[in-house]
Amino acid sequence: MTRVVDLQLSSRRALNQALHDLPDQTNETHWTVRNPGGQHALAVGIDAPITVTIEGHAGYYCAGMNKHARIEIHGNAGVGVAENMMSGRVHVRGDASQAAGATAHGGLLIIDGNASARCGISMKGVRIVVKGSIGPMSAFMAQSGTLVALGDAGDALGDSIYEAHIYVRGRTGTLGADCCEKPMRAEHHAELRALLDEAGVDEDTRYFRRYGSARQLYNFHVDNAY
Amino acid sequence: MCGIVGLFLKSPALAPQLGSHLAGMLDVMTDRGPDSAGFAIYGEPCAGMTKMTLRGSDMAGLPGALSAALGETVPGTPRDTHMVLSLPTALEPRARGWLAEHRPDVAITGAGARIELYKEVGRPADIARRFNLAGMAGTHAIGHTRMATESAVTTAGAHPFSTGPDQCLVHNGSLSNHRSLRRRLEPQGIAFSTDNDSEVAAGYLTWRLSEGATLAEALQSSLKDLDGFFTFVVGTETGFAVLRDPIACKPAVMAETDDYVAFGSEYRALAGLPHIATARVFEPEPARVYAWTHAP
Repeated sequence: MTRVVDLQLSSRRALNQALHDLPDQTNETHWTVRNPGGQHALAVGIDAPITVTIEGHAGYYCAGMNKHARIEIHGNAGVGVAENMMSGRVHVRGDASQAAGATAHGGLLIIDGNASARCGISMKGVRIVVKGSIGPMSAFMAQSGTLVALGDAGDALGDSIYEAHIYVRGRTGTLGADCCEKPMRAEHHAELRALLDEAGVDEDTRYFRRYGSARQLYNFHVDNAY
Repeated sequence: MCGIVGLFLKSPALAPQLGSHLAGMLDVMTDRGPDSAGFAIYGEPCAGMTKMTLRGSDMAGLPGALSAALGETVPGTPRDTHMVLSLPTALEPRARGWLAEHRPDVAITGAGARIELYKEVGRPADIARRFNLAGMAGTHAIGHTRMATESAVTTAGAHPFSTGPDQCLVHNGSLSNHRSLRRRLEPQGIAFSTDNDSEVAAGYLTWRLSEGATLAEALQSSLKDLDGFFTFVVGTETGFAVLRDPIACKPAVMAETDDYVAFGSEYRALAGLPHIATARVFEPEPARVYAWTHAP
């Protein structure tokens, strides 16, 4: 059953409350949000296997803390889209602003356009596929998960990165502290292939380069471990 | 935190609605700046004449007294706490001298062929209403909503800042080297009326423009000379420009159509503009100067 919520007629709080109140076995599995008008915090904190379509541009923190839901934004997304996502799938049809997928633990974030600065900052397991380019300082302190850019990457890529994997098809600017290029071995081609397939991207993995941690920073030395 | 809005028209057809669009954008940015607000609006020039915007109280008799002193009729249009004088450009220095001597309580917020500049303490929607922004026409306009974090909520601390003819700047962020930069600019003849860091950025651009730089060149060199966080939107008589610091610390989103270029701290501020659904919406890149100019 599809529910249509027009944000010119009702409030964002009412929308989010209705989404939070859904029982586990809800039949209201398809939600359409009209006239989002760039409002902040749309469809945040969902914990149900539903589909939400946002018909327009979203403001800050759209789909934050998402669990289980498939959320599709037919427009651009503001700062921190899918921040701290736990699972599910968030698909931005346009561009994403800064800090897309920040601190997210799981799920899949797909951005059809470009993502600006600090994409995947402090990511903790999320998989992010950006079909355009990613801005400077992307994957800053990225701990786990995978970040893929079909376009270019801005400066200071992967600064202070831990165990996350970065794949870039285009050019990269400078690499951040302790980030280095690494060889694409068979398991990396396989990992990337599976992720591209899941994101619906038909692109040969041999055009990508892999980046990760050189493990030279302070915290990687056993003498500094607690 | 602050909110910035700007609208630069490419199509003269929208000129009568410039003020009403900007008023709507300012209102949406109340969440980012509820303390005070201000705006500069660029209207039609009148050959050989200068518009001078004054802020103060008890100004009803000011145009008459100034006219008598200058030997020239200087009409004044009152708008709430502000008044716009229209005077021959050649008389501007004498008018400034007279104001400094006889009305030191009155502040000149801006002057030039096209600019009018208003700022006040209060909610942005109230301020727009008090000055009847919705009834104003023009070619481009810039507005600011302020949430003061490091200095007092005063009208003098509100944006935009104007430090040169037809120039204005609004700023979201904070500068860390404004003291030293100010000491470099003051000997160059750049005068400041507040201790505000943003006014120093405006003065820096005024200095570079007076040295012959284009607006884009002046902003480009500011990347080297200014230290801090900033998103700037700058207006000149015919120009409109945007610059973000190299790590894009402060938010910015822009929309462009065949009819206009619009700037907002958040997309929400742009959501009410005409044909926004088909506009090219983009986020300005860090450390890249974006500039548009009308034919003079």
